[in-house]
Amino acid sequence: MTALLSVTRLDAFYGAFQALFGIDFELRAGESVAVIGANGAGKSTFLKALAGLVRSRPDAIRFEGEDVGDRSAPQMLRLGVALVPEGRRLFPSLTVEENLLVGAYSGLRPQPWTLPRIYELFPVLRERRNSPSTILSGGQQQMVAIGRALMSNPRLLLCDELSLGLAPIIVEDIYRVLPQIKAGGTSLIIVEQNIARAMRHVDRFYCLQEGRVTLTGKPGSVGQNEIHRAYFGA
Amino acid sequence: MAWLDTVVQGILLGGVYTLFALGLSLIFGIMRLVNLAHGDLIVLAAFLVFLVMASFGVPLAVATLLTIALMFALGFVLQRAVLERVLGDDIMPPLLVTFGLSVVIQNGLLLGFGADSRRLQAGAFETLSVDVAPGLSIGLAPLSALIIAIGVIALLQMVFYRTSLGRAFRATSDDTQTAQLMGIDHRNIYAIAVGISLAVSVIAAVAFGMRANFDPSTGPARLLYAFEAVIIGGLGSLWGTLVGGMVLGVAQTIGARIDPEWQILAGHLAFLLMLFLRPRGLFPARQP
Repeated sequence: MTALLSVTRLDAFYGAFQALFGIDFELRAGESVAVIGANGAGKSTFLKALAGLVRSRPDAIRFEGEDVGDRSAPQMLRLGVALVPEGRRLFPSLTVEENLLVGAYSGLRPQPWTLPRIYELFPVLRERRNSPSTILSGGQQQMVAIGRALMSNPRLLLCDELSLGLAPIIVEDIYRVLPQIKAGGTSLIIVEQNIARAMRHVDRFYCLQEGRVTLTGKPGSVGQNEIHRAYFGA
Repeated sequence: MAWLDTVVQGILLGGVYTLFALGLSLIFGIMRLVNLAHGDLIVLAAFLVFLVMASFGVPLAVATLLTIALMFALGFVLQRAVLERVLGDDIMPPLLVTFGLSVVIQNGLLLGFGADSRRLQAGAFETLSVDVAPGLSIGLAPLSALIIAIGVIALLQMVFYRTSLGRAFRATSDDTQTAQLMGIDHRNIYAIAVGISLAVSVIAAVAFGMRANFDPSTGPARLLYAFEAVIIGGLGSLWGTLVGGMVLGVAQTIGARIDPEWQILAGHLAFLLMLFLRPRGLFPARQP
Protein backbone atom coordinates (compact mmCIF):
# COMPACT_ATOMS: atom_id res chain seq x y z
CA MET A 1 0.00 0.00 0.00
CA THR A 2 1.31 3.46 -0.83
CA ALA A 3 1.74 6.07 1.83
CA LEU A 4 -1.06 8.55 2.49
CA LEU A 5 1.44 10.85 4.15
CA SER A 6 5.19 10.84 3.96
CA VAL A 7 7.40 13.31 5.73
CA THR A 8 11.02 13.60 4.70
CA ARG A 9 13.70 15.52 6.59
CA LEU A 10 11.15 17.99 8.00
CA ASP A 11 12.63 20.99 9.79
CA ALA A 12 10.35 23.51 11.49
CA PHE A 13 11.11 26.90 12.96
CA TYR A 14 9.44 29.50 15.16
CA GLY A 15 11.37 32.56 14.03
CA ALA A 16 15.01 31.75 14.78
CA PHE A 17 14.14 28.86 17.09
CA GLN A 18 14.27 25.45 15.46
CA ALA A 19 11.66 23.05 16.87
CA LEU A 20 11.99 20.06 14.53
CA PHE A 21 15.17 18.54 13.07
CA GLY A 22 14.94 16.29 10.03
CA ILE A 23 11.80 14.34 10.93
CA ASP A 24 11.06 11.28 8.76
CA PHE A 25 7.57 9.90 9.13
CA GLU A 26 5.18 7.74 7.16
CA LEU A 27 1.52 6.90 7.42
CA ARG A 28 -0.50 4.51 5.26
CA ALA A 29 -4.18 5.04 4.50
CA GLY A 30 -6.32 3.63 7.30
CA GLU A 31 -3.50 3.55 9.79
CA SER A 32 -3.48 5.14 13.23
CA VAL A 33 -0.19 6.33 14.61
CA ALA A 34 0.75 7.88 17.93
CA VAL A 35 3.39 10.51 18.41
CA ILE A 36 4.70 10.39 21.96
CA GLY A 37 7.33 12.42 23.72
CA ALA A 38 7.97 14.69 26.68
CA ASN A 39 6.93 18.34 26.94
CA GLY A 40 8.77 20.41 24.36
CA ALA A 41 9.74 17.40 22.22
CA GLY A 42 8.10 19.00 19.19
CA LYS A 43 4.90 16.91 19.02
CA SER A 44 2.52 19.85 18.67
CA THR A 45 4.83 21.58 16.21
CA PHE A 46 4.86 18.42 14.11
CA LEU A 47 1.04 18.40 13.95
CA LYS A 48 0.98 22.14 13.21
CA ALA A 49 3.39 21.59 10.32
CA LEU A 50 1.13 18.85 8.93
CA ALA A 51 -1.94 21.11 9.31
CA GLY A 52 -0.26 24.03 7.54
CA LEU A 53 0.00 26.33 10.57
CA VAL A 54 3.80 26.06 10.45
CA ARG A 55 5.21 26.20 6.93
CA SER A 56 8.09 24.11 5.70
CA ARG A 57 9.93 23.04 2.53
CA PRO A 58 7.38 21.97 -0.15
CA ASP A 59 8.81 18.47 -0.53
CA ALA A 60 9.20 17.91 3.22
CA ILE A 61 5.55 16.81 3.41
CA ARG A 62 3.89 14.68 0.73
CA PHE A 63 0.16 14.02 1.10
CA GLU A 64 -1.56 11.71 -1.38
CA GLY A 65 1.46 12.02 -3.68
CA GLU A 66 1.50 15.81 -3.68
CA ASP A 67 4.17 18.13 -2.21
CA VAL A 68 2.31 20.20 0.38
CA GLY A 69 4.92 21.46 2.88
CA ASP A 70 4.34 25.09 1.94
CA ARG A 71 0.53 25.03 1.94
CA SER A 72 -1.59 27.19 4.28
CA ALA A 73 -3.95 25.75 6.90
CA PRO A 74 -7.09 26.41 4.79
CA GLN A 75 -5.41 24.68 1.83
CA MET A 76 -4.45 21.66 3.95
CA LEU A 77 -8.01 21.39 5.21
CA ARG A 78 -9.27 21.34 1.63
CA LEU A 79 -6.81 18.54 0.85
CA GLY A 80 -8.27 16.55 3.75
CA VAL A 81 -6.09 17.20 6.79
CA ALA A 82 -7.95 18.37 9.92
CA LEU A 83 -6.45 19.20 13.31
CA VAL A 84 -8.11 18.95 16.72
CA PRO A 85 -5.94 21.60 18.39
CA GLU A 86 -4.39 21.34 21.82
CA GLY A 87 -6.70 22.92 24.41
CA ARG A 88 -9.71 22.44 22.08
CA ARG A 89 -9.92 26.08 21.00
CA LEU A 90 -13.70 26.21 20.50
CA PHE A 91 -15.19 29.46 19.24
CA PRO A 92 -16.70 31.12 22.34
CA SER A 93 -19.24 33.26 20.49
CA LEU A 94 -20.66 30.26 18.62
CA THR A 95 -23.10 27.71 20.01
CA VAL A 96 -22.22 24.01 20.12
CA GLU A 97 -24.05 23.37 16.87
CA GLU A 98 -22.50 26.42 15.18
CA ASN A 99 -19.06 25.20 16.22
CA LEU A 100 -19.82 21.89 14.51
CA LEU A 101 -21.24 23.60 11.42
CA VAL A 102 -18.23 25.86 11.04
CA GLY A 103 -16.18 22.68 10.71
CA ALA A 104 -18.04 21.98 7.46
CA TYR A 105 -17.27 25.47 6.14
CA SER A 106 -15.33 24.25 3.10
CA GLY A 107 -18.25 21.99 2.15
CA LEU A 108 -16.00 19.89 -0.08
CA ARG A 109 -16.67 16.44 1.37
CA PRO A 110 -20.16 16.17 2.86
CA GLN A 111 -19.94 12.42 3.74
CA PRO A 112 -19.84 10.33 5.89
CA TRP A 113 -19.75 12.77 8.83
CA THR A 114 -22.82 14.95 9.04
CA LEU A 115 -24.44 16.80 11.93
CA PRO A 116 -26.79 13.86 12.74
CA ARG A 117 -23.86 11.41 12.65
CA ILE A 118 -21.84 13.57 15.03
CA TYR A 119 -24.82 13.65 17.40
CA GLU A 120 -24.99 9.84 17.17
CA LEU A 121 -21.32 9.66 18.06
CA PHE A 122 -21.71 12.10 20.97
CA PRO A 123 -25.41 12.05 22.02
CA VAL A 124 -24.81 14.51 24.87
CA LEU A 125 -23.98 17.23 22.32
CA ARG A 126 -27.45 17.01 20.80
CA GLU A 127 -28.99 18.02 24.14
CA ARG A 128 -26.63 20.97 24.37
CA ARG A 129 -26.69 21.99 20.73
CA ASN A 130 -27.92 25.53 21.42
CA SER A 131 -25.70 26.19 24.44
CA PRO A 132 -22.70 28.46 24.16
CA SER A 133 -19.67 26.20 23.82
CA THR A 134 -18.07 27.91 26.82
CA ILE A 135 -20.45 26.45 29.41
CA LEU A 136 -19.77 22.79 28.51
CA SER A 137 -17.61 20.53 30.65
CA GLY A 138 -14.07 19.87 29.46
CA GLY A 139 -14.96 16.44 28.11
CA GLN A 140 -17.96 17.78 26.21
CA GLN A 141 -15.81 20.57 24.79
CA GLN A 142 -13.34 17.96 23.56
CA MET A 143 -16.23 16.13 21.87
CA VAL A 144 -17.21 19.35 20.09
CA ALA A 145 -13.59 19.89 19.01
CA ILE A 146 -13.42 16.36 17.57
CA GLY A 147 -16.85 16.66 15.95
CA ARG A 148 -15.94 20.03 14.46
CA ALA A 149 -12.83 18.54 12.84
CA LEU A 150 -14.78 15.50 11.59
CA MET A 151 -17.37 17.74 9.91
CA SER A 152 -14.80 18.48 7.20
CA ASN A 153 -14.63 14.70 6.56
CA PRO A 154 -10.85 14.58 6.65
CA ARG A 155 -8.73 11.83 5.08
CA LEU A 156 -6.35 12.40 7.98
CA LEU A 157 -7.32 13.54 11.47
CA LEU A 158 -4.65 15.01 13.75
CA CYS A 159 -5.45 14.94 17.47
CA ASP A 160 -3.30 17.02 19.80
CA GLU A 161 -3.46 15.95 23.46
CA LEU A 162 -7.08 14.84 23.60
CA SER A 163 -6.68 14.03 27.28
CA LEU A 164 -5.36 17.42 28.35
CA GLY A 165 -7.01 18.49 31.60
CA LEU A 166 -9.64 15.73 31.56
CA ALA A 167 -10.44 13.10 34.18
CA PRO A 168 -9.20 9.60 33.19
CA ILE A 169 -12.73 8.16 32.93
CA ILE A 170 -13.73 10.96 30.52
CA VAL A 171 -10.58 10.40 28.50
CA GLU A 172 -11.54 6.75 27.98
CA ASP A 173 -14.96 7.92 26.72
CA ILE A 174 -13.24 10.14 24.19
CA TYR A 175 -10.78 7.48 23.05
CA ARG A 176 -13.62 4.98 22.60
CA VAL A 177 -14.79 6.81 19.48
CA LEU A 178 -11.47 6.53 17.65
CA PRO A 179 -12.30 3.11 16.09
CA GLN A 180 -15.54 4.56 14.69
CA ILE A 181 -13.60 7.43 13.17
CA LYS A 182 -11.18 4.97 11.57
CA ALA A 183 -14.11 2.93 10.29
CA GLY A 184 -15.29 6.02 8.41
CA GLY A 185 -12.09 5.88 6.34
CA THR A 186 -10.10 8.49 8.27
CA SER A 187 -6.50 7.88 9.22
CA LEU A 188 -5.31 9.15 12.58
CA ILE A 189 -2.27 10.70 14.15
CA ILE A 190 -2.62 11.23 17.86
CA VAL A 191 -0.25 13.11 20.08
CA GLU A 192 -0.35 11.87 23.66
CA GLN A 193 1.74 12.24 26.79
CA ASN A 194 0.39 9.10 28.39
CA ILE A 195 2.40 6.34 26.69
CA ALA A 196 0.30 3.43 27.91
CA ARG A 197 -2.94 5.00 26.69
CA ALA A 198 -1.46 5.92 23.33
CA MET A 199 -0.17 2.37 22.79
CA ARG A 200 -3.62 0.85 23.40
CA HIS A 201 -5.19 2.75 20.51
CA VAL A 202 -2.70 2.78 17.64
CA ASP A 203 -1.04 0.55 15.04
CA ARG A 204 2.38 2.19 15.30
CA PHE A 205 4.12 4.91 17.23
CA TYR A 206 6.90 7.46 16.87
CA CYS A 207 8.77 8.85 19.82
CA LEU A 208 10.15 12.40 19.62
CA GLN A 209 12.82 13.93 21.75
CA GLU A 210 14.07 17.47 21.35
CA GLY A 211 12.71 17.74 17.84
CA ARG A 212 14.10 14.42 16.55
CA VAL A 213 12.60 10.95 16.07
CA THR A 214 14.33 8.71 18.61
CA LEU A 215 12.28 5.55 18.23
CA THR A 216 9.56 4.06 16.08
CA GLY A 217 7.79 0.73 16.12
CA LYS A 218 4.66 -1.20 16.95
CA PRO A 219 3.12 -1.28 20.42
CA GLY A 220 4.19 -4.47 22.16
CA SER A 221 7.19 -5.07 19.93
CA VAL A 222 9.37 -2.58 21.77
CA GLY A 223 10.47 -2.93 25.36
CA GLN A 224 9.62 -0.49 28.14
CA ASN A 225 13.26 0.37 28.72
CA GLU A 226 13.81 1.21 25.10
CA ILE A 227 10.76 3.50 25.10
CA HIS A 228 11.85 5.23 28.28
CA ARG A 229 15.28 5.83 26.84
CA ALA A 230 13.78 7.30 23.65
CA TYR A 231 11.34 9.40 25.67
CA PHE A 232 13.64 10.89 28.27
CA GLY A 233 17.08 10.44 26.74
CA ALA A 234 19.66 8.14 28.23
CA MET B 1 -46.80 68.81 20.36
CA ALA B 2 -43.75 70.86 19.45
CA TRP B 3 -41.64 68.80 21.86
CA LEU B 4 -43.02 65.56 20.51
CA ASP B 5 -42.12 66.79 17.06
CA THR B 6 -38.58 67.51 18.27
CA VAL B 7 -38.19 63.98 19.63
CA VAL B 8 -39.63 62.38 16.50
CA GLN B 9 -37.30 64.40 14.27
CA GLY B 10 -34.42 63.38 16.54
CA ILE B 11 -35.29 59.71 16.19
CA LEU B 12 -35.42 60.08 12.43
CA LEU B 13 -32.05 61.84 12.45
CA GLY B 14 -30.82 58.91 14.54
CA GLY B 15 -31.55 56.65 11.59
CA VAL B 16 -28.91 58.50 9.56
CA TYR B 17 -26.39 58.37 12.42
CA THR B 18 -27.04 54.65 12.77
CA LEU B 19 -26.22 54.19 9.10
CA PHE B 20 -22.98 56.16 9.65
CA ALA B 21 -22.11 53.90 12.55
CA LEU B 22 -22.96 50.45 11.17
CA GLY B 23 -19.97 50.15 8.83
CA LEU B 24 -17.61 51.30 11.57
CA SER B 25 -19.11 48.91 14.09
CA LEU B 26 -18.93 45.99 11.64
CA ILE B 27 -15.20 46.35 10.93
CA PHE B 28 -14.36 46.91 14.56
CA GLY B 29 -16.42 43.88 15.61
CA ILE B 30 -14.84 41.47 13.14
CA MET B 31 -11.31 42.80 12.75
CA ARG B 32 -10.73 44.97 15.85
CA LEU B 33 -9.78 47.66 13.34
CA VAL B 34 -10.72 51.27 14.03
CA ASN B 35 -11.22 52.80 10.60
CA LEU B 36 -10.42 56.49 10.93
CA ALA B 37 -11.20 56.98 7.24
CA HIS B 38 -14.79 55.80 7.71
CA GLY B 39 -16.32 59.30 7.56
CA ASP B 40 -14.31 60.18 4.47
CA LEU B 41 -15.31 56.92 2.80
CA ILE B 42 -18.95 57.91 3.40
CA VAL B 43 -18.30 61.29 1.76
CA LEU B 44 -16.43 59.54 -1.08
CA ALA B 45 -19.49 57.35 -1.58
CA ALA B 46 -21.73 60.45 -1.67
CA PHE B 47 -19.53 62.01 -4.36
CA LEU B 48 -19.53 58.74 -6.33
CA VAL B 49 -23.33 58.58 -6.26
CA PHE B 50 -23.37 62.24 -7.35
CA LEU B 51 -20.92 61.47 -10.16
CA VAL B 52 -22.83 58.41 -11.39
CA MET B 53 -26.08 60.41 -11.46
CA ALA B 54 -24.46 63.31 -13.32
CA SER B 55 -22.53 61.15 -15.80
CA PHE B 56 -25.17 58.60 -16.72
CA GLY B 57 -28.30 60.62 -16.00
CA VAL B 58 -29.73 57.76 -13.91
CA PRO B 59 -32.08 58.28 -10.94
CA LEU B 60 -30.76 58.26 -7.39
CA ALA B 61 -31.87 54.69 -6.65
CA VAL B 62 -30.00 53.27 -9.64
CA ALA B 63 -26.90 55.32 -8.88
CA THR B 64 -27.02 54.05 -5.30
CA LEU B 65 -27.10 50.40 -6.37
CA LEU B 66 -24.23 50.90 -8.80
CA THR B 67 -22.17 52.67 -6.16
CA ILE B 68 -22.89 49.93 -3.61
CA ALA B 69 -21.33 47.38 -5.99
CA LEU B 70 -18.41 49.72 -6.67
CA MET B 71 -17.72 50.45 -2.98
CA PHE B 72 -17.95 46.76 -2.06
CA ALA B 73 -15.24 46.03 -4.62
CA LEU B 74 -13.21 49.00 -3.41
CA GLY B 75 -13.47 47.77 0.18
CA PHE B 76 -12.37 44.26 -0.79
CA VAL B 77 -9.33 45.59 -2.67
CA LEU B 78 -8.52 48.14 0.04
CA GLN B 79 -8.31 45.33 2.60
CA ARG B 80 -6.33 42.88 0.45
CA ALA B 81 -3.94 45.47 -0.98
CA VAL B 82 -3.46 47.91 1.91
CA LEU B 83 -4.96 47.17 5.33
CA GLU B 84 -3.97 43.48 5.36
CA ARG B 85 -0.29 44.51 5.34
CA VAL B 86 -0.57 46.37 8.62
CA LEU B 87 -3.06 44.27 10.60
CA GLY B 88 -1.42 42.50 13.50
CA ASP B 89 -1.05 42.47 17.24
CA ASP B 90 -0.11 46.15 17.27
CA ILE B 91 -3.14 48.42 16.79
CA MET B 92 -1.08 51.52 15.91
CA PRO B 93 -0.07 50.71 12.28
CA PRO B 94 -3.65 50.20 11.00
CA LEU B 95 -4.76 53.31 12.90
CA LEU B 96 -2.05 55.37 11.20
CA VAL B 97 -2.80 53.89 7.78
CA THR B 98 -6.52 54.68 8.01
CA PHE B 99 -5.66 58.17 9.27
CA GLY B 100 -3.45 58.60 6.19
CA LEU B 101 -6.20 57.22 4.00
CA SER B 102 -8.55 59.84 5.44
CA VAL B 103 -6.14 62.63 4.39
CA VAL B 104 -5.68 61.08 0.94
CA ILE B 105 -9.45 60.78 0.34
CA GLN B 106 -10.15 64.35 1.47
CA ASN B 107 -7.47 65.80 -0.78
CA GLY B 108 -8.34 63.50 -3.66
CA LEU B 109 -11.97 64.67 -3.49
CA LEU B 110 -10.83 68.29 -3.32
CA LEU B 111 -8.73 67.73 -6.43
CA GLY B 112 -11.47 65.92 -8.31
CA PHE B 113 -14.58 67.81 -7.27
CA GLY B 114 -13.37 71.13 -5.86
CA ALA B 115 -14.44 72.59 -2.51
CA ASP B 116 -18.04 73.36 -3.53
CA SER B 117 -20.70 71.75 -1.42
CA ARG B 118 -23.11 69.36 -3.13
CA ARG B 119 -26.38 67.68 -2.42
CA LEU B 120 -28.01 64.55 -3.75
CA GLN B 121 -31.26 65.35 -5.57
CA ALA B 122 -34.13 62.93 -5.15
CA GLY B 123 -36.74 65.10 -6.87
CA ALA B 124 -40.18 65.43 -5.28
CA PHE B 125 -39.42 62.62 -2.77
CA GLU B 126 -37.28 65.02 -0.74
CA THR B 127 -40.20 67.22 0.26
CA LEU B 128 -42.96 64.59 0.64
CA SER B 129 -44.29 64.17 4.13
CA VAL B 130 -47.18 62.64 5.99
CA ASP B 131 -49.18 64.46 8.68
CA VAL B 132 -49.38 62.13 11.64
CA ALA B 133 -51.18 64.58 13.91
CA PRO B 134 -51.82 68.32 13.91
CA GLY B 135 -48.43 69.99 14.16
CA LEU B 136 -46.56 66.72 13.66
CA SER B 137 -45.55 65.75 10.16
CA ILE B 138 -42.94 63.22 9.18
CA GLY B 139 -40.80 63.63 6.09
CA LEU B 140 -40.79 60.53 3.92
CA ALA B 141 -37.07 60.82 3.17
CA PRO B 142 -35.94 60.83 6.84
CA LEU B 143 -38.53 58.15 7.65
CA SER B 144 -37.25 55.90 4.90
CA ALA B 145 -33.67 56.46 6.15
CA LEU B 146 -34.71 55.13 9.54
CA ILE B 147 -36.62 52.21 8.04
CA ILE B 148 -33.67 51.36 5.82
CA ALA B 149 -31.31 51.55 8.82
CA ILE B 150 -33.52 49.04 10.64
CA GLY B 151 -33.69 46.90 7.51
CA VAL B 152 -29.90 46.93 7.12
CA ILE B 153 -29.43 45.89 10.76
CA ALA B 154 -31.97 43.07 10.36
CA LEU B 155 -30.18 41.92 7.22
CA LEU B 156 -26.73 42.03 8.84
CA GLN B 157 -28.06 40.16 11.88
CA MET B 158 -29.47 37.49 9.59
CA VAL B 159 -26.15 37.16 7.78
CA PHE B 160 -24.24 36.96 11.08
CA TYR B 161 -26.47 34.45 12.84
CA ARG B 162 -28.09 32.41 10.08
CA THR B 163 -25.47 31.88 7.38
CA SER B 164 -22.22 30.05 6.91
CA LEU B 165 -20.51 33.36 6.08
CA GLY B 166 -21.75 34.82 9.37
CA ARG B 167 -20.37 31.87 11.34
CA ALA B 168 -17.07 32.38 9.54
CA PHE B 169 -17.13 36.08 10.50
CA ARG B 170 -17.72 35.27 14.16
CA ALA B 171 -15.25 32.38 14.24
CA THR B 172 -12.54 34.55 12.66
CA SER B 173 -13.28 37.34 15.11
CA ASP B 174 -12.96 34.86 18.02
CA ASP B 175 -9.77 33.08 16.98
CA THR B 176 -8.13 33.67 13.61
CA GLN B 177 -5.72 30.73 13.78
CA THR B 178 -8.33 28.15 14.69
CA ALA B 179 -10.63 29.59 12.00
CA GLN B 180 -7.91 28.79 9.47
CA LEU B 181 -8.01 25.17 10.66
CA MET B 182 -11.69 25.16 9.58
CA GLY B 183 -10.63 26.10 6.05
CA ILE B 184 -11.55 29.75 6.55
CA ASP B 185 -9.14 32.08 4.79
CA HIS B 186 -9.21 35.02 7.18
CA ARG B 187 -7.82 37.37 4.52
CA ASN B 188 -10.91 36.91 2.36
CA ILE B 189 -13.23 37.10 5.37
CA TYR B 190 -11.70 40.44 6.36
CA ALA B 191 -11.89 41.70 2.77
CA ILE B 192 -15.59 40.78 2.57
CA ALA B 193 -16.18 42.52 5.90
CA VAL B 194 -14.59 45.76 4.68
CA GLY B 195 -16.54 45.40 1.43
CA ILE B 196 -19.83 45.10 3.33
CA SER B 197 -18.85 48.04 5.55
CA LEU B 198 -18.28 50.27 2.52
CA ALA B 199 -21.45 49.02 0.84
CA VAL B 200 -23.43 50.06 3.94
CA SER B 201 -21.57 53.38 3.86
CA VAL B 202 -23.11 54.10 0.47
CA ILE B 203 -26.59 53.83 2.00
CA ALA B 204 -25.42 56.14 4.80
CA ALA B 205 -24.04 58.56 2.21
CA VAL B 206 -27.34 58.72 0.33
CA ALA B 207 -29.43 59.18 3.48
CA PHE B 208 -27.05 61.95 4.54
CA GLY B 209 -26.55 63.56 1.11
CA MET B 210 -30.29 63.98 0.65
CA ARG B 211 -30.79 65.94 3.84
CA ALA B 212 -27.60 68.00 4.07
CA ASN B 213 -24.86 69.48 1.94
CA PHE B 214 -21.53 67.73 1.76
CA ASP B 215 -18.08 68.76 0.60
CA PRO B 216 -14.66 67.05 0.74
CA SER B 217 -14.07 68.15 4.34
CA THR B 218 -17.36 66.78 5.74
CA GLY B 219 -15.98 63.30 6.58
CA PRO B 220 -14.33 63.65 10.00
CA ALA B 221 -17.52 64.97 11.63
CA ARG B 222 -19.44 61.95 10.24
CA LEU B 223 -16.79 59.70 11.79
CA LEU B 224 -17.29 61.42 15.13
CA TYR B 225 -21.08 60.90 15.05
CA ALA B 226 -20.54 57.28 14.03
CA PHE B 227 -18.16 56.73 16.96
CA GLU B 228 -20.56 58.34 19.39
CA ALA B 229 -23.49 56.22 18.20
CA VAL B 230 -21.41 53.02 18.50
CA ILE B 231 -20.11 53.86 21.98
CA ILE B 232 -23.49 55.00 23.33
CA GLY B 233 -25.11 51.82 22.00
CA GLY B 234 -22.35 49.56 23.29
CA LEU B 235 -19.57 47.96 21.29
CA GLY B 236 -20.45 44.88 19.29
CA SER B 237 -24.23 45.25 19.32
CA LEU B 238 -25.86 46.42 16.07
CA TRP B 239 -29.28 47.01 17.66
CA GLY B 240 -27.46 48.94 20.39
CA THR B 241 -25.95 51.09 17.66
CA LEU B 242 -29.47 51.92 16.45
CA VAL B 243 -30.42 53.09 19.94
CA GLY B 244 -27.12 54.97 20.17
CA GLY B 245 -27.86 56.77 16.92
CA MET B 246 -31.32 57.71 18.19
CA VAL B 247 -30.00 59.02 21.52
CA LEU B 248 -27.52 61.15 19.61
CA GLY B 249 -30.18 62.37 17.17
CA VAL B 250 -32.71 63.25 19.88
CA ALA B 251 -30.05 65.04 21.96
CA GLN B 252 -29.16 67.11 18.91
CA THR B 253 -32.72 68.10 18.00
CA ILE B 254 -33.54 68.96 21.62
CA GLY B 255 -30.37 71.05 21.78
CA ALA B 256 -31.30 72.76 18.53
CA ARG B 257 -34.77 73.48 19.83
CA ILE B 258 -33.41 75.30 22.86
CA ASP B 259 -30.94 77.24 20.70
CA PRO B 260 -29.99 76.33 17.11
CA GLU B 261 -26.32 76.84 17.98
CA TRP B 262 -26.51 74.10 20.57
CA GLN B 263 -27.39 71.26 18.21
CA ILE B 264 -23.90 69.74 17.79
CA LEU B 265 -22.83 70.54 21.33
CA ALA B 266 -25.90 68.86 22.82
CA GLY B 267 -25.06 65.64 20.95
CA HIS B 268 -21.50 65.64 22.29
CA LEU B 269 -22.73 66.41 25.81
CA ALA B 270 -25.14 63.48 25.67
CA PHE B 271 -22.22 61.31 24.58
CA LEU B 272 -20.01 62.52 27.44
CA LEU B 273 -22.82 62.02 29.92
CA MET B 274 -23.25 58.46 28.66
CA LEU B 275 -19.50 57.78 28.96
CA PHE B 276 -19.74 59.02 32.53
CA LEU B 277 -22.82 57.00 33.50
CA ARG B 278 -22.38 53.83 31.42
CA PRO B 279 -18.88 53.70 29.98
CA ARG B 280 -19.59 50.35 28.28
CA GLY B 281 -22.66 51.69 26.51
CA LEU B 282 -26.32 50.77 26.76
CA PHE B 283 -26.11 47.26 25.29
CA PRO B 284 -22.54 45.95 25.56
CA ALA B 285 -22.22 42.68 23.65
CA ARG B 286 -20.11 40.64 26.05
CA GLN B 287 -18.05 40.96 29.17
CA PRO B 288 -14.41 41.92 28.54
